[in-house]
Amino acid sequence: MVPRQAGELKPGLALSLLALIVAVMAAAAALVGPYPISGEQIASAVLGRLGGQRDPSLGQVETILFSIRLPRIGAALLVGAALAAAGAVYQGLFRNPLVSPDILGVSTGAGLGAAAGIFLSLPVIAIQGLAFATGLATVGLVYAVATAVRGHEPTLVLVLAGVVLGALAGACISLLKILADPYDQLPAITFWLLGSLASIQPEDVMTAAPAVLLGLVPLVLLRWRMNLMALGDEEAAALGIDPKRLRTLFVAAATLMTASVVAISGVIGWVGLVMPHIARLVVGPNFNRLLPASMLMGAGYLLLVDTLARTMAETETPLGILTAFVGAPVFIWLLATGRRGW
Amino acid sequence: MRCAMAVLLVLALAYVAPATARTVTDSAGRSVDIPASVTRVYAAGPPASILLYVLAPERLTGWPRPPRAEERPYIAAPYRDLPETGRLTGRGDTANLEVVLRDRPDLIVDFGSVRDTYVSLADRVQAQTGIPYLLIDGRFEATPAALRLMGEVLGVEPRAEALARYVESLFAELEAGLAEIAVDDRPRVYFARGPDGLETGLKGSINTEIIELAGGRNVADPGDAAIRRGITDVSIEQVIVANPDTIITWDRNFYQSVWSDPLWSQIPALTEGRVWLSPTAPFGWIDRPPSLNRVIGLKWLSGVFFPERFDFDIAAETRHFYKLFYHVDLNDEDLDRLLHWSRGRPAN
Repeated sequence: MVPRQAGELKPGLALSLLALIVAVMAAAAALVGPYPISGEQIASAVLGRLGGQRDPSLGQVETILFSIRLPRIGAALLVGAALAAAGAVYQGLFRNPLVSPDILGVSTGAGLGAAAGIFLSLPVIAIQGLAFATGLATVGLVYAVATAVRGHEPTLVLVLAGVVLGALAGACISLLKILADPYDQLPAITFWLLGSLASIQPEDVMTAAPAVLLGLVPLVLLRWRMNLMALGDEEAAALGIDPKRLRTLFVAAATLMTASVVAISGVIGWVGLVMPHIARLVVGPNFNRLLPASMLMGAGYLLLVDTLARTMAETETPLGILTAFVGAPVFIWLLATGRRGW
Repeated sequence: MRCAMAVLLVLALAYVAPATARTVTDSAGRSVDIPASVTRVYAAGPPASILLYVLAPERLTGWPRPPRAEERPYIAAPYRDLPETGRLTGRGDTANLEVVLRDRPDLIVDFGSVRDTYVSLADRVQAQTGIPYLLIDGRFEATPAALRLMGEVLGVEPRAEALARYVESLFAELEAGLAEIAVDDRPRVYFARGPDGLETGLKGSINTEIIELAGGRNVADPGDAAIRRGITDVSIEQVIVANPDTIITWDRNFYQSVWSDPLWSQIPALTEGRVWLSPTAPFGWIDRPPSLNRVIGLKWLSGVFFPERFDFDIAAETRHFYKLFYHVDLNDEDLDRLLHWSRGRPAN
């Protein structure tokens, strides 16, 4: 156990503070947007909905709030939390701080599915379904290849297979981009690959949320064992757990979470790579606290970035661009002032 | 008693459904309820903004992208300053739904592809915002039908009819004139896009429809079995093999440099001096975007391809078209600047 340094928060307190900050941010985000809505209007719309009756004078406000703004806030929280959780899992599993949820090709695979769906002019729901399915299938294929190869270093082979198949999927995306209609399909594919919550609908959040929760269950139940996995396979086996099965389970859970959110949001980089680091700086490497801290930070961070994306200008800015612009300076500052090793 | 109830019910229904609402069937076959008077319309993309601007500019809530400085003189004064509203077409939308709703449009219109992705997108946005969303077929041949449909929706039938007749008579005139021209006598056209001219539109794509309509043969012909019909990159070798006798482009940089480029110099279009730069203000004449702006381009191109048969006075025709469609009276200076290169390169 690393001795806690003076001036640092207790992890429990830090988590409660984080949760509070995210809740306040979510409430604040509901108040801002290009369409002017006052706090009273929001209160009466929400109370009216809870009471089962609508205030007819609110008309448009209800649509903005319940069909556009709140689903989007919910989506930002869900996507951010899921990506950061998956990032924390992968980084612990591969014992490498440079690992992001895409290490096994899930986002690139999902991107390929979405690009194919857009290329084939499929309905939106089919594009999302295809993205989800190819995301899962890519990781499944990576796993199958790694199992078939059976090297001395199972994680290394797995990562290499992920890199290779991810590159292959990336090449297929490029091919589709070349073939796509530059007027309506190409911008759609490009925008999708940069990620956006601009066209999120309430149903999207309702479909993705159960899949994310399902992926979260094994992570929460087995959170203590995750710490053992971080010691390496031999040590973990010596402590009486089956590292292979556990790794498969963790990878499956993290992949499910990533694929289901990427299907509705498009590919959003950064969150899964950086948020677990920042969380580690705040609460330490114990997965028991790292998981909730990463999820809260990921949720809060993506909410902040998406709120900027929809309020900064009259038109939308892709999230992939903003996450890096907002995140890079913060990350560098944290690196410079951080006192804790990995 | 039951009868009386039924009558009451019918009366109640008749009362509830105001006599003002109407149902329109759009080009994708969707039945959409729209208000009786449509006063504010959101254009989902650049092609739709031109369709709306042409028919009823005062109903437009804004431009998907604001007009550039060199395009502004060619758009009527109050409308060149309309705000930027982003695109809502496809998952690559840059529009912010709250901004769309804040402008309180009665209707959202998309003009272009009516394929499944767009149908489902229209349904989603309509369900989410509660604003009726119409999809209009954007193929060049369907232009008169699009004008009439939108004219009915906007309640500007006479204007829509006049514009549709203009387009139809142009189509008919070209068809009649071209019927007498054997396929082998038609120019072999290469459509050069991009600064190096090595991007082109394949035959059958929405970007090159104008070439065939004007009587040209697109040399970038992938054959009837090809599944893709879009923009593609080619090599200079492919252009030389295709051997075009006419090159059309809207790219100024390409047009300036191609005359002195040794790689291009032996291509018949260059040796015969048949490279043409299209005007691009306020909207492109060939494509960019593929909308009603192509109508004047079609007139110009047919004259470029067959100067004897279609000897339009392009200056007079342009002035008339810009007045009729774009609501602007061009002064001589603006007209000269617009048409500067469209007559070809002066011999030096």
